[in-house]
Amino acid sequence: MELNQIYTQILTEHNNSKRNKHHIENPTATLKGVNPSCGDEIELELREKNGVIEDAGFTGVGCAISQASASIMIDLIKGKSTDEALKLAQTFFGMVKNEITDEKRLEVLDEAIALKDISHMPARVKCAVLGWHTLENAIKGEKDPE
Amino acid sequence: MNPWAEDFPILKETINGKRLVYLDNAATTQKPVPVLKAVDDYYRKANANPHRGLYALSVEATQKYEDARRTVKKFIGARKDEEVLFTRNASESLNLVAYSYGLTFLKEGDEIALPVSEHHSNLVPWQMVAQAKGAKLVYLYPDAQGRLTDAEIGAKITAKTKIVALAHVSNVLGSIYPVKKIVEKAHSVGAVVVLDCAQSIPHYPVNVTELGCDFMAFSGHKMLAPMGIGVLYGKEELLNRMPPFLRGGEMIEYVHEQSATFAPLPQKFEAGTQNVGGAIGLDAAIHYLRNVGYDRIQKTENELLNYTLDGLAEIPHVTVYGGTDNRANRCGVISFNVEGVHPHDVATVLDAAGVAIRAGHHCAQPLMEYLCVNSTCRASLYFYNTKDDIDVFLAALRKVRGWLGLGA
Ligand SMILES: Cc1ncc(COP(=O)(O)O)c(C=O)c1O
Ligand SMILES: [Zn+2]
Repeated sequence: MELNQIYTQILTEHNNSKRNKHHIENPTATLKGVNPSCGDEIELELREKNGVIEDAGFTGVGCAISQASASIMIDLIKGKSTDEALKLAQTFFGMVKNEITDEKRLEVLDEAIALKDISHMPARVKCAVLGWHTLENAIKGEKDPE
Repeated sequence: MNPWAEDFPILKETINGKRLVYLDNAATTQKPVPVLKAVDDYYRKANANPHRGLYALSVEATQKYEDARRTVKKFIGARKDEEVLFTRNASESLNLVAYSYGLTFLKEGDEIALPVSEHHSNLVPWQMVAQAKGAKLVYLYPDAQGRLTDAEIGAKITAKTKIVALAHVSNVLGSIYPVKKIVEKAHSVGAVVVLDCAQSIPHYPVNVTELGCDFMAFSGHKMLAPMGIGVLYGKEELLNRMPPFLRGGEMIEYVHEQSATFAPLPQKFEAGTQNVGGAIGLDAAIHYLRNVGYDRIQKTENELLNYTLDGLAEIPHVTVYGGTDNRANRCGVISFNVEGVHPHDVATVLDAAGVAIRAGHHCAQPLMEYLCVNSTCRASLYFYNTKDDIDVFLAALRKVRGWLGLGA
């Protein structure tokens, strides 16, 4: 494992940027996601209209991988239908588990491809998938425990 | 070349192509050859179930196990063999006291006093006791330098206090708490003291008779011994009044269909087949530590601690938690954060340089809340570390912010 495969420019820029890290107006779904081993936490907010994700944002604290991955995800899912977003999540899980390696199939992940090498760091896969798992659960209607 | 590498072969290993720099000694220490050999010899030449056979090999296994108990007794200054119980680790020792003493003797309205810096192992079991008995947990808060002040001790340990549970050395702040003073205060109000020496006994001599504590727990694996062997010291008079913790083979006297009577100490608290190999490893570790000598351990570690704290002070954007004024009153456990970088990313960058540190909440979440941090990085020293190790650590740490795309 080389650090420059993990801490790429895309990852550090997203980690240090606040572009997607904020509350959104009139969210239709909000959900917390935690990764107890790392202490990573995010809260995802979505505004969905007629099956399309109009806007999304997140807040939280955690390692660069968890925060950057969530930010990259938000760029990808905005304007997509919830079904498309769920499909992207499956492709992302396949990539970081090294189950999908075909570059053509990964193309849809765009900047998220920067996280491909996480598959070599089993301890950090959880960080990379935190945002995507939270997205999946939010679309499926899961609510934060009271 | 590390002068200890012959005794600690793992120090010759490489990680990510780099020499291993092991700075996670508060989590567990490495094992010297004499300890490995003692365990190996036991399994090769003397392995049998102790106490259960009438043949020579079983007698030998029993003898070696009881020799280990005697070594521990002398090592911690206990008065009697019966006051030394073998467990799996400090966590089990502390649970034994909570379940057996806590659940038996605490009543509604009683208080358990403990520093907020306690490891979950000396905190969560007391929450269980408090919930079951309607008792209350009362926390002592360290000051900004990681010290427990006399005022705090005086305010929190009162006539209502029945148990004072505390670590001798904090596994996050490195603070050395004034145990003797706390024991005196606790005894003056009629409370018993449960002392967790998991982080102190690898570095400082602990004498339970001098300290006057009622119970004392530690883990072998944090002081050169194998994992899976720990110790609970308890005053004989208290242990005799307590019910067994685990029940089964070895700990009984007579068993009838509906009832049983229990073996005398220490067997009463040692149900089932014990970790004889581990106890023998601990015996060897204590001999090894004696040969190195606590004086030398402290001298080396103090030099390294000063060197590390001075080095950290020169790196911009690094915050060190716990005491930095009075270095004589802290040990080589150093928690810190790099501004703008999550501890797990710090650990990943250091790992690439061969440096092993811990990052996270260190099983001390209430302390993290109190310090208003999510988690920290922690470097922890042992006598086999060198200035060279610290140089590699500091050099890698200087590069962390750069890797994360932040200014130096
Ligand atoms: C202060 C303290 N107490 C208790 C423990 C628990 O030790 P073990 O995990 O060996 O039971 C630790 C280990 O990290 C510790 O640092
Ligand atoms: Zn993480």
